[in-house]
Amino acid sequence: MKKLLGIALLGATLVSGMAQAKDWTLIRVGIEAAYPPFNELTPDKKVVGFDKDMADAICSYLKAKCTFVIQDWDGMIPALMSRRFDTIISSMASTAERKQKIAFTRPYYNTPAFFVIKKGSNLNVDSPAAMKGKRIGVQSATIHQNYVNEFYQKAGAEVTAYQSLDQVYMDLVAGRLDAVLFGSVENDTFLASKDGAGYVMAGKPLLDPKWFGEGAAIAVRKEDGDLRKRLDDAVDALHKNGTYDKIRKKYFAYDIWPKSGS
Amino acid sequence: MEFDVNIIVTTFPLYLRGLGTTLQLVAIALACGMLLALPLGVIRAMEYPWLGRMVGAYTYFFRSTPMLVQLLMVYYGFGQFKWLQAQWDAENRFWLLFREPYFCACLAFSLNTAAYTAEIIAGAIRNSPVGEIEAAKAMGMSWSLRMRRIILPGAFRRMMQSYSNEVILMLQGSAIASAVTLNDLTGAGRTVYARFYAPFEAFVFTGLMYLLLTFIVLGLFKLAERKWLAHLRPRGA
Repeated sequence: MKKLLGIALLGATLVSGMAQAKDWTLIRVGIEAAYPPFNELTPDKKVVGFDKDMADAICSYLKAKCTFVIQDWDGMIPALMSRRFDTIISSMASTAERKQKIAFTRPYYNTPAFFVIKKGSNLNVDSPAAMKGKRIGVQSATIHQNYVNEFYQKAGAEVTAYQSLDQVYMDLVAGRLDAVLFGSVENDTFLASKDGAGYVMAGKPLLDPKWFGEGAAIAVRKEDGDLRKRLDDAVDALHKNGTYDKIRKKYFAYDIWPKSGS
Repeated sequence: MEFDVNIIVTTFPLYLRGLGTTLQLVAIALACGMLLALPLGVIRAMEYPWLGRMVGAYTYFFRSTPMLVQLLMVYYGFGQFKWLQAQWDAENRFWLLFREPYFCACLAFSLNTAAYTAEIIAGAIRNSPVGEIEAAKAMGMSWSLRMRRIILPGAFRRMMQSYSNEVILMLQGSAIASAVTLNDLTGAGRTVYARFYAPFEAFVFTGLMYLLLTFIVLGLFKLAERKWLAHLRPRGA
């Protein structure tokens, strides 16, 4: 009898879980929580940052209950596809390569990428040939890794991929790396920190959509077109009603809303 | 859900390089570990008052902290010291080693396996039959001759089982090398997982490679046992 009841309960939760997924009153959000200032974990294990605030605003706009699932970056897309969560709101660049597997909303911010080097090291980071033999650090499974592998590793630079952003900056400070590549906002946060004092951004801003995508967007599974539509509308509406700017001002002094056509 | 063999075929070179790195790391760690463990094990078994206690502290430390923590401490922890960074800037040959993830992994793995192996050796020495030692003494053998001809050969035979476990644990344990950016077998699996979004294919194949390696290690120990533990085998009628 107990067993039967258990099976019935399990069945009921499965059915109700499916029902919830259908009308999207419950949205499970995948977030890395290790990419400051967009998403990070406070010492008492709370997810904070621009992505988190955007996600909260979107969910309250959609009148949905959102739960956050923390996921390592290199497993983000597999986890979305295997239904550990329904959407990724974690500064993921919308690129043609990723679009083969998953779908994106319109981008909600876009910032150029820059190399960061030690002040006074005078590296010519724009020239892959000049970076031959230099050690470049990137985060694994990112647009930055793809770009550096294609142009710099092939030209003879030594490229090292790390699991998370903090490890890359840490090894730059330790002296294991000559240059690292991240978005300008991540770099700003690092440069403003105690460790970032002796470092600067160098070279020209990197924005080529072929390599860096159209900006950070919200990702969903391809079959969840209805969810994508809702999230898309929410991003647009939040930008129009000023909520977006309010959140943005909390973190950045300058606008990061993607310019159309870029 | 179907298993996409194409992913494995196209990434096979990546796996092979990863396999090479794993084998190198484990071989170096086991060799250095054994070299270090031999004197430490003897000291520990002989129970020299101070020296023995120091070796005990060393094995206690390395056996009671996770190898991952040890590796992260050597790689990220030491790298944080301004003094070490200054040595790197000054191109000091010795300290530059600590900048390389490969060296850091070899160092952490060697110290870790040396701690376990030293305890295994010490245990095997302590279990030497008293009769054998007394007989050796009666023959007038010196301490070093006794060690070389009687105690250590016997100890090595007795420790083969537990040492084969240590070798296998080391092989599996080396999977953490990818935490310090090394592209070992697990690192190759992670790369394939991230690039093709195919965790099942990536990790099943990685697992199979470890399975195969473990199988080979066990086979080698079987052969060794047949040779050196022949006297323990049941005799044919």
